Amino acid sequence: MDKIKVAVIGPGNIGSDLMYKILRSRHLEMALMTGIIESEGIKRARGLGIKTSTAGVRAVLEDKDIKIVFDATGAKPHLQHAPLLKEAGKIAIDLTPAAVGPYVVPCVNLDQVKAEPNLNMVTCGGQATVPIVYAINRAAGARYAEIVACIASKSAGPGTRQNIDEFTQTTAKALTVVGGAQKGKAIIILNPAEPPIMMTNTVYVEVERPDEQAIRASVEAMVKEIQSYVPGYQLRVPPLLDGNKVTTIIQVEGAGDFLPKYSGNLDIITSAAVAVAEKLAQKILAGEVAA
Amino acid sequence: MKKSKFIHLVDTTLRDGSHAVSHQFTAEQIAAIAGGLDAAGVEYIEVTHGDGLAGSSYNYGWALLTDEEMLKAAAGAIKKSNLTVLLLPGIGTQEDLEMAAHCGAKAVRVATHVTEADIGEQHIGMAKKLGMQAFGFLMMCHMAPPEKVVEQAKLFESYGADFIYVADSAGAMLPEDVKARVGAVVEAVKVPVGFHAHNNLTMATANALAAVEAGATFLDGACRGLGAGAGNAQTEALVGVLEKLGYQTGVDFYKIMDVAEDIVEPIMHRPQVVRNAPLMLGYAGVYSSFLLHTYRAAEKFNLDPRDILVELGRRRMVGGQEDMIVDVAYQLAQKRGGA
Repeated sequence: MDKIKVAVIGPGNIGSDLMYKILRSRHLEMALMTGIIESEGIKRARGLGIKTSTAGVRAVLEDKDIKIVFDATGAKPHLQHAPLLKEAGKIAIDLTPAAVGPYVVPCVNLDQVKAEPNLNMVTCGGQATVPIVYAINRAAGARYAEIVACIASKSAGPGTRQNIDEFTQTTAKALTVVGGAQKGKAIIILNPAEPPIMMTNTVYVEVERPDEQAIRASVEAMVKEIQSYVPGYQLRVPPLLDGNKVTTIIQVEGAGDFLPKYSGNLDIITSAAVAVAEKLAQKILAGEVAA
Repeated sequence: MKKSKFIHLVDTTLRDGSHAVSHQFTAEQIAAIAGGLDAAGVEYIEVTHGDGLAGSSYNYGWALLTDEEMLKAAAGAIKKSNLTVLLLPGIGTQEDLEMAAHCGAKAVRVATHVTEADIGEQHIGMAKKLGMQAFGFLMMCHMAPPEKVVEQAKLFESYGADFIYVADSAGAMLPEDVKARVGAVVEAVKVPVGFHAHNNLTMATANALAAVEAGATFLDGACRGLGAGAGNAQTEALVGVLEKLGYQTGVDFYKIMDVAEDIVEPIMHRPQVVRNAPLMLGYAGVYSSFLLHTYRAAEKFNLDPRDILVELGRRRMVGGQEDMIVDVAYQLAQKRGGA
């Protein structure tokens, strides 16, 4: 089967995890890992026989066969990369909080993904909770959605720590824009317990129609769909109803590709990004999307 | 060790006490209490939802008033004191802090778990930009050894915090624990150091004094001790005790006692005493704000609240993880049902 060539910019933890997932993909070819300095991540990629560069985004722009580019740098670099990639006719999948393009959450709006030049992966908390809010909304109407994402301290890098407001604001916005709730709120907690805890997400929704059976069925179906690309995604506490308040708790265990298993928060966003790229690749291969 | 003869008091009746009234303070109550504290000479008056700015939520409980309404009610009654707010990064944002400054807040306590000070860098920076006094407030200090507390205190200092607080959010420390942590921080930073006590093990005043002995110059209290869990050190008692020890606080003992008895006591939902569940909070080292949420979960799932708290302590849950009370209660109920 034909494969679509992709590149990863940013050979850090996220970029390396993406690389391992891409190497397993049936539709994607890991054509380039690029950074701005000779780093562990660059060495790791080279060791796997992957072409590498320290010329940053330029290396991507010079290779016209690369169709899809994962940006795992930071919001500021991505703001510079986005117009360059667009001009070069490449589709950018943005894992930073730059939010240049529309939010994408597989299982919710992946089918609507067109040939957008830039797609934003929201946040890890968003990837974990937006589908649940969407599932509750389609079953019962969501007036208000609130999520609490708890992440192991070891799994929250400096980017998240220094921009924690962006996490809460972006996640809250995605709960409404993609999840369909009328209002949204997001809370993030870091827990340093040893051994590190698995990512846990609590979703509270105020619903219009408190039909417990319909909500459970919808949420359980959604969990199964997510498990197709994040096998460690599971319901810890099924939807419980208290008046018109729904409470449900989800745990995300990572696949352990490059990141440890407790980094389910990172795994869910890299898995989602690869799922988006695979969908795009299939569309490109089928000639539905020009590239 | 050099000991200051002046202790700065922060009264948190209208913030930590918010937990004890399930965040239902009215504007009239806030104005009356804030006005009374101001007239009594309290230097800092903290007014916010118990979980800080933007704390009003399913997870932490809905407040009767918005943050803005609470702050405006207090600001209108305060003449000299510093109106102070609490902000937990991950819950509140810099935008919320700007709103608070606009409402007249002069100081902010940026509170993080004892190992996570770096999530507060943005907010300390914003506070300084807004011309506010910034406190770096380390919660759940019983969970970390003194070296770790020192490392994190230094981070807060490096971000520009004017004061560093060691908080015993679970009321789990004994005086020796307090001395070890506060003393180490006092040695390590150049800025003044404070201590926030909880009375879960009936140690609040004793621990506050231990902190002072170790060099703390700021203390938290609440009238009648009104606060999460078994409450805080009692402001009016601290004033009396410190006075007997020869410290000044600038607070009038009679007036602060009157605020406690005439204004705060009549609006309390229950006496602030150390019942079994709050005692267990301190014993198991669980965040004091979990108390009322735990009572509710225990009732819903027909469990002993102490069992829920012990399990939360075993799992090493941190401040803000109120959602895990339901998780624990659900799992305990399943285990019981399925056994």
